[in-house]
Amino acid sequence: MAVRFVSALAVALLTLFAVVPAQAEVVFQDVTSPKGIHAWLVEDYSVPLVTIRFSFAGGTSQDPVGKEGLANLMTSLFDEGAGDLDSDAFQIKLDDAGAEMSFSADLDGVYGSMRMLADQQPEAFGLLKMSVQNPRFDQNPINRMRSQIVSGILASAQRPETAANQQWAKTLYGDHPYARTSEGTIPGLTAVTADDLRTFHKAMFARANLHIGVVGAIDAETLKARLDQVFGDLPAEPALTPVADMVPKLGQDLAITYNLPQTTIYMAYPGVRRDDPDFFAAYVMNYILGGGDFSSRLFAEVREKRGLTYGISSSLQNADHADSLVIGTSTRADRAGETLKVIEDVIARLAKDGPTEAELASAKKYIIGSYAINSMSSSVAIANTLVGLQDVDLPIDYVARRPALINAVTLEQVKAAAVKLLTVKPTILLLGPAATPADVPAPTPAPPLGTPAQP
Amino acid sequence: MVSMTGLARACGLALSIATLSLPALAEAPAAVVNEAAVTHYVLDNGLEIVVIPDHRSPIVTHMVWYKIGSADEPPGKSGIAHFFEHLMFKGTKAHPAGEFDRVVSEIGGNQNAFTANDYTAFFQTVPPDALPTMMSLEADRMRGLILSEDVIGAERDVVIEERRSRIDGSPRALLQEETQATLFQNSPYRIPVIGWLHEMEQLNRVDATAFYDRYYAPNNAVLVVAGDVEPEVVLALAKTTYGLVPRGPDLPPRVRPSEPEHNTRRTVTMNDARVGVPSYSTSWVVPTYHNAKPGEAEALDLLSEILGGGTRSRLYQQVVVKTGIASATGAGYDSGAYDPSTFTVYGVPQGDNTLATVEAAVSAQIALLIKDGVTEQELDSAKTRYVRSLVFARDEQADMANLYGRELATGGTVEDIAQWPDRIRAVTAEQVRAVAQRYLDPSVAVTSYLLPPATEGK
Repeated sequence: MAVRFVSALAVALLTLFAVVPAQAEVVFQDVTSPKGIHAWLVEDYSVPLVTIRFSFAGGTSQDPVGKEGLANLMTSLFDEGAGDLDSDAFQIKLDDAGAEMSFSADLDGVYGSMRMLADQQPEAFGLLKMSVQNPRFDQNPINRMRSQIVSGILASAQRPETAANQQWAKTLYGDHPYARTSEGTIPGLTAVTADDLRTFHKAMFARANLHIGVVGAIDAETLKARLDQVFGDLPAEPALTPVADMVPKLGQDLAITYNLPQTTIYMAYPGVRRDDPDFFAAYVMNYILGGGDFSSRLFAEVREKRGLTYGISSSLQNADHADSLVIGTSTRADRAGETLKVIEDVIARLAKDGPTEAELASAKKYIIGSYAINSMSSSVAIANTLVGLQDVDLPIDYVARRPALINAVTLEQVKAAAVKLLTVKPTILLLGPAATPADVPAPTPAPPLGTPAQP
Repeated sequence: MVSMTGLARACGLALSIATLSLPALAEAPAAVVNEAAVTHYVLDNGLEIVVIPDHRSPIVTHMVWYKIGSADEPPGKSGIAHFFEHLMFKGTKAHPAGEFDRVVSEIGGNQNAFTANDYTAFFQTVPPDALPTMMSLEADRMRGLILSEDVIGAERDVVIEERRSRIDGSPRALLQEETQATLFQNSPYRIPVIGWLHEMEQLNRVDATAFYDRYYAPNNAVLVVAGDVEPEVVLALAKTTYGLVPRGPDLPPRVRPSEPEHNTRRTVTMNDARVGVPSYSTSWVVPTYHNAKPGEAEALDLLSEILGGGTRSRLYQQVVVKTGIASATGAGYDSGAYDPSTFTVYGVPQGDNTLATVEAAVSAQIALLIKDGVTEQELDSAKTRYVRSLVFARDEQADMANLYGRELATGGTVEDIAQWPDRIRAVTAEQVRAVAQRYLDPSVAVTSYLLPPATEGK
């Protein structure tokens, strides 16, 4: 019975295909305020919300030596008092305004976002302006948020994953600021004063290193006034400490021994810069290797055929000053050696023979087709995309040009990328029980450097 | 700490699903969507269909929810619901293993699945013109799966590795698992969704086939389509795909073993060298929307928000901000479960404060609330936040699909979602106080401690 049913479906499939046309369209507008603040806007009135996201270049790599954790602590304090409102008063007003605000930092930037109800948009933007321009950095909230961060550091201090992450970062990045943990250190956090926070905020929150994306129920003219209100009075230029470009140190073998039920394996290979002409070829190569969720070579060989793991993936990581390709998995400890061997075989074969034409075609289809799904699924996702594109200096019509850039990648270019990136001896970290002679040991998901590449 | 998160076929997407059951959206309900726009049908073979139009982006979320979860498993077969979720990707006669994933990938789509106590769901996010293909492939595997011995063995290894990844390598997860097993004395919620290891190791083809034939059928499923499509088109497509799948056997009413009266206070303790800062949680079994007396679940939702929902809550303001005893504290309520489920409070000490001090301070806040009730101001703010969360939920297509899917898969209706804001608005301060008094009784609570190896911390 199942068989007959199935063939009926197959027929239905052909006749139905393409009867569902897409109606939606996402249009990016370039908006410039009277004071010269730029933003990209997607105007949409289907949900009565406005979402704004913005980035200031800088981030945790700007933490001064001895004040590690400064940027992280700063981002926890923007809703803890601003202008003439103390922490309590500010949070009550924010709640009354029906808005959600959050700030975060990574290696290369500080990010803010706010979601608000469209009919309370003036109140919400008023509070955002106070946060961005006049955060108070009162001592009580500083002490409280610092204690929470320190408590988090202490809570994970005894975990073997923490030691593994530290050793991983130290090995790859040495003395570079990227070797430090973004959350900071207990001595560094303890040394931070209110004046440090004010100085740091003033140095990083400027107009020249600012990118803004806005999505929702707001028109360009209204937005221009809001942009000037929130950002127009910031200093023109930031005062950032230069951060050097660096190449992660590869070829190292690291092992952290701990009696765990699984062995985690991390492998770091060379990466490729986002603005490198070979970026798209490398991106396609990584997708075939381990970037595709359920269709990659690593997934097929390690999980589907052998059941050695629940998850395995590879990703190209791009930060402003370093790049890498990282593979991560965790596997049953007594078969970690076998798992590592399978991974190395997959890598060697891809570097030697390159992908097939069919793999290349499939990868291109996914990378082109997935853009809307991965980048446009909500106001928050669209706002992230608007800012992310600007952060890597891409033009506003990039989304339209992107399919052609990906389609232009040739089989030879992908092969060349595989040879270039995968024939270098990687840095390998193993976290797990002690290895037996027949059984190489291993570690788990390494802390990503920067963010996964977004082609 | 509260969540009974579903388990998914791969980590990445599982996380995004899990995040939407955060307290603010706990049961999520909402008349958020323009109610008139949400349509509901039932096919002749019993399949329920919900369509939620959303024309902002050229994306469609297609989900099939089966009204079968880990709490419905036969005794001794723990983990079969989740294991079977994995097996649904192993191919049919018409579409061999890997083809579904390949088709989804080539159109740039994503797909995954997840299993929880009360349901198992499969979903794809794709461009609208791929919807007919998704419906065809999903309908095909509803009855067309081929289960061979060799795929079963390798996939059983995969779910065992999944257990090791998620549970066995984490002191917190192990403690949580055994806390549930202590809190629930008879309800199947005491059994972990992923299964007990020794039972997972015995799962086999016979178990899987029996499970499939019993539970995977249109009359035990809900189709949810959200996105850039029109309801009439979805209905027409459903008739020519899912509509051809024959109705399955009638299932008996979904009645599971229920909790007896609880008469004791219990503690569960784990000491582990990886614990750097001690923490605790206290849990009770309380009614949920699907079994509570009218108004009680709504009152418990608001109690959870006022007592411990974020930085404006009593616990955070009193125990973190004002006294500085704790670095973290809060409350959570698993309001959407089919059977009575958990209400939890938790705390982590700050600096040199002891865990006992934190526990006493949290308990004092509960006692105070039971004695004096909540203010009208607190109640109004909590209601506003809840109703607002529904507007924010509309921004995420997948959240909306999950909201409706979860509600219908656990015995609720589209109308329940539409009426939820009004039911929240109707709750009185006295109702909130009353449910706190009735259910947060320290003499029947289960308290769980995660401690460093030494005797310190308590």
